[in-house]
Amino acid sequence: MDAVIATALRFGDNAMVLGQRLGRWVSRSPTIELDVGFANQALDLIGQANLFYELAGRLEGKGRSADDLAFLRGADEYYNVQLVEQPNGDFAQTVMRQVLYAAYADIVFDFMAKGSNDDLAAIAAKGQKEMAYHFRHAGEWVIRLGDGTEESHARSQKALDFLWPWSHELFAYDAVDEKMVRQDVLPDAETIKKQWMESLGEVFERAGLIINEDGWQPGGGREGVHSEHLSYLLTEMQVLPRTYPGTQW
Amino acid sequence: MSDRRAKIWQVLDGVMDPEVPVISVVDLGIVRDVCQDDKHFNVVITPTYSGCPATVQIEDDIRAALDEAGFTDAGLETRLAPAWTSAWISEKGRAALKEFGIAPPVGKPGKRALFGIEMPVPCPHCDSTETTLVSEFGSTACKALWKCNGCGEPFDYFKCI
Repeated sequence: MDAVIATALRFGDNAMVLGQRLGRWVSRSPTIELDVGFANQALDLIGQANLFYELAGRLEGKGRSADDLAFLRGADEYYNVQLVEQPNGDFAQTVMRQVLYAAYADIVFDFMAKGSNDDLAAIAAKGQKEMAYHFRHAGEWVIRLGDGTEESHARSQKALDFLWPWSHELFAYDAVDEKMVRQDVLPDAETIKKQWMESLGEVFERAGLIINEDGWQPGGGREGVHSEHLSYLLTEMQVLPRTYPGTQW
Repeated sequence: MSDRRAKIWQVLDGVMDPEVPVISVVDLGIVRDVCQDDKHFNVVITPTYSGCPATVQIEDDIRAALDEAGFTDAGLETRLAPAWTSAWISEKGRAALKEFGIAPPVGKPGKRALFGIEMPVPCPHCDSTETTLVSEFGSTACKALWKCNGCGEPFDYFKCI
């Protein structure tokens, strides 16, 4: 697959899957403000996915629309990092997942927006503003919970311990990513990781949370290898167009 | 500017944002350009947020307004870059937002200090700067929710991005 198409699909899939996850909080968030907050963030992410998919479909030239790419690919054809497909868990786990991914996307999009591919740059320039906002929102909650009660602190630390191993994949570059680095589309993995650790370091320090390295580093999402959670998510998301192919309303 | 092009701008200035119906798509900064090739005019628009659900409605509204004014051959083009910024909202637009009870964006867009001190957002009702952020996300993607400690009213704030 062409490296630009692959990159568009990967970031589109990251955004789509995370957007679907956040959408599940609608009507069951701890407060109405958070309900609206998650809905808005989901909207941003699904909007980003739509733009990435339109680009991938156009470059591919086989007439696949953004909807085709979203609804008619199975889990083994989704190329998101496995971090974003991890379950919502409790509120602490959801905001922790959001802070880990938003910090990363903020940095990558900032680079991509100034990068050599104009199509990706245009999408990233928009997305960066949105992800910076998500990072701020999630970061404030991680601090509030980590630096909160015994219960909220314990749950936040548990969420960080659970999600941390999945974060390594963000920086596990393959040949496609390396090619994009050489073409000045993506920043190199070391640069992002350094900036990412700086962004998160401030959050975790203020939250009083610690990173417990555990050595387990699952990966493979970029090649379509996923945890069991993704197929359940896609099954639910895709049921209508799979059951009634080509249906319109 | 040709008369026809000026007329198109005038038509566009009559198309209101569907979610904030007091500000036109021109004053909101969504309309970027009205350009002309050999024969046809092309209206260039940009979405505010990647997932703004009003984008399609705005396109439909612009299309209908152009058709009604007799510009049926004018094209409509969506352009993503440069990305929309709240700095593109006109002075007229800002005044209209405030009049409607929505605080216009404060300060300049750019990288904010992550958890730094916010610029005070004056209350659109009583102008008090004793205001508090209630929620980073409000009734639409482009707004946050604040409340005024002076007059006690909650209000929407048009986010500065």
